[in-house]
Parts: sequence; C-alpha cells; structure tokens
Amino acid sequence: MLDILPDVDRWRADGRRVAVATVIRTVGSSPRPLGSKMAVSDTGSIAGSVSGGCIEGAVIEEAQSVLEDGLPKRLSYGISDEQAWSVGLTCGGEVEVLVERIDG
Amino acid sequence: MGFESLRRSLLAGERVVAFTRADDGGLGARMLVWPDGRAEGALGEAALDREALALVTAATLPATGLREIEGIEVFVETFEPLPQLFIVGAVHVAIHLVHFARRLGFRTVVVDARSAFATAERFPHADELVVEWPSDYLARVPLHANTYCVFLTHDEKLDNPALQVALEAGVRYVGALGSSRTHAKRVAALREAGLADELIDRIHAPIGLDLGGRKPEEIAMAIAAELVAVRNGRQAAGKP
Repeated sequence: MLDILPDVDRWRADGRRVAVATVIRTVGSSPRPLGSKMAVSDTGSIAGSVSGGCIEGAVIEEAQSVLEDGLPKRLSYGISDEQAWSVGLTCGGEVEVLVERIDG
Repeated sequence: MGFESLRRSLLAGERVVAFTRADDGGLGARMLVWPDGRAEGALGEAALDREALALVTAATLPATGLREIEGIEVFVETFEPLPQLFIVGAVHVAIHLVHFARRLGFRTVVVDARSAFATAERFPHADELVVEWPSDYLARVPLHANTYCVFLTHDEKLDNPALQVALEAGVRYVGALGSSRTHAKRVAALREAGLADELIDRIHAPIGLDLGGRKPEEIAMAIAAELVAVRNGRQAAGKP
C-alpha cells in the first residue's frame, strides 16, 4: 500500500479519479503476495502491480468501469478460467483481485 | 472505503487491520480496526462487526487473507508498517549501520546538526538525511511503538535532549553509544533534566550485542544485531 501512495496522492491532488486493485486470494504459484496493490487512474496511469504482468492489462480495463460507476468488482484469473487464460496468466496459478474506487 | 484514514495511519506508522467484505451481497464494505480498539466503518451486520473487532487485539493481529466470518467471506488485511530507525549522529558507525539496517528491513533516517557530517556523499544509501538539531527533529516527526532510535554523536549537547524526546515518546528501542563512564554521566544529566528513572533504564547502553568488535563496521553490526533481537522480542527493555 505504501508503495502506491505517492502516485495515488499526486493523481488525486490533480483531480483524477483512482481505483485500487488488491490481490485477495492466490492458489498455486503466484508472483505477488496477498494484499499486493495496483492503483489505476482514470487517465490509465498505473502504480504497483498485482501479478508479474500477466493480468494487469485486464485489471486496468475492468478498473475503468469501476471508476465509472463506483461499484467494486471481484475478479478471478487463472487456468481454471477459460476466458482469463486467454488474457494470459502464464504463471499457472490462480489470482483473485478486488477492484474498488477510492471515494474518500 | 476508509482510504483517508488508512492512508493517515500508514504514514503515521500505525498498525491497522482492514476488513473488507468479499461476498456478492456486501462487496467492498469495509471496517478498519486498530489494536487499541478504535474502529471506523461497518460491514453491514452487527455480528460481523463484533467478530472483526474481536480479531484485533494489542497482542495479536490476524493474518492477511480471505476468511469466513459469520458465514460471510471477508478479506482481512493487516498493515504493519516498516519499523523506522532514527540514527542521531552522522558518524562513521552510522554509515555502516544504514547499510545493515536497510537490508534488515528498517526505514532509516540519519539526523545530525553538523552539516560537515550529514552529507549526501556520506549517506547516499539512507532513506532520509536530515540536517537539523536532533531534539527539534525528533519532536516534530511521528515517533511510535515501531520506532527505533540510536544515538551516536559522542556529543551530549546533541544526544541528551534528543534522547529525552525519544524516551518520553515511548519508542520501541533507545540505544546510546559510549563507555559505562560516559553512560553514567549521561544518566546523571538526564536525571538532572527531570527524566524518570524508569525511562532512563530503557536506554540500551553500552549499545549493541557484545560481539567484541572495535571497528566501526563491527560496532554497526553489533547495533544492528541488537535491533533485530528487540524486533523479534528476544530482549526486554534495558540491558540484562
């Protein structure tokens, strides 16, 4: 969390809306531990990470709709998930991510 | 989502636990709970809130992860800030101590009023380098139960007032360099300044585990070893 704060603070000071994705569950090998965070701004800037780079693209996309309507999302990626496999979780594990908008 | 409170807590170095509902019905509902019993926010069900509160005590914090509470999936996230180490005295030992301490997971800040010592060339590796009267500096930054302070200046005018600030703030560790004779003088001066004996007794002096070394890097390692021992709860306040 502390790792993304400087960027999040700057974006919010600039009036940007910001969503935060948090790794809430991992199964098998996963590159980032529980609680790892990635912040996404409404201009598409990112800070931090939730995987070794395999799911960030998909999470950034989902984050835009969370920024739009403010409704949190629980996302699941892994080999058991056909669709997610197509975005390429090459690490072979499973990751679940909670995405929410910072509203104060 | 309680972001602002969480942010403030982390920057102040506080420990805090965030409970976030991960079930469809209440996704994102959050309660923050501090080890001193404070809480903010709610999970939407009184029983759930009570259980969350009960999981956080001064002695134990829950592990980070999903868990089922009252039949509801909740993501529990425990934030334990990096321990911070304030090194008062930008002396030779401090250069080595910054190396060891950073590697051991301490956020490391070096403070000295003497600008000839506290230079970026000598301390490119410190997280922060501050040229300021140490007691003024320590009095204006947040010191907390996860703060460690080491006093190395060899100058009682610099060390003693800053020592007093650290001891009164109740930091986790206070260690001061110097022989037992130097320390006896220091104790007398702190008493004179009105500091209570039970606070003075918390000073680790002579500083560091006894590794028998005399070189600056050996002394730095002895201090680093003592910091680790204290962090791991292997040494109570004060010297054995």
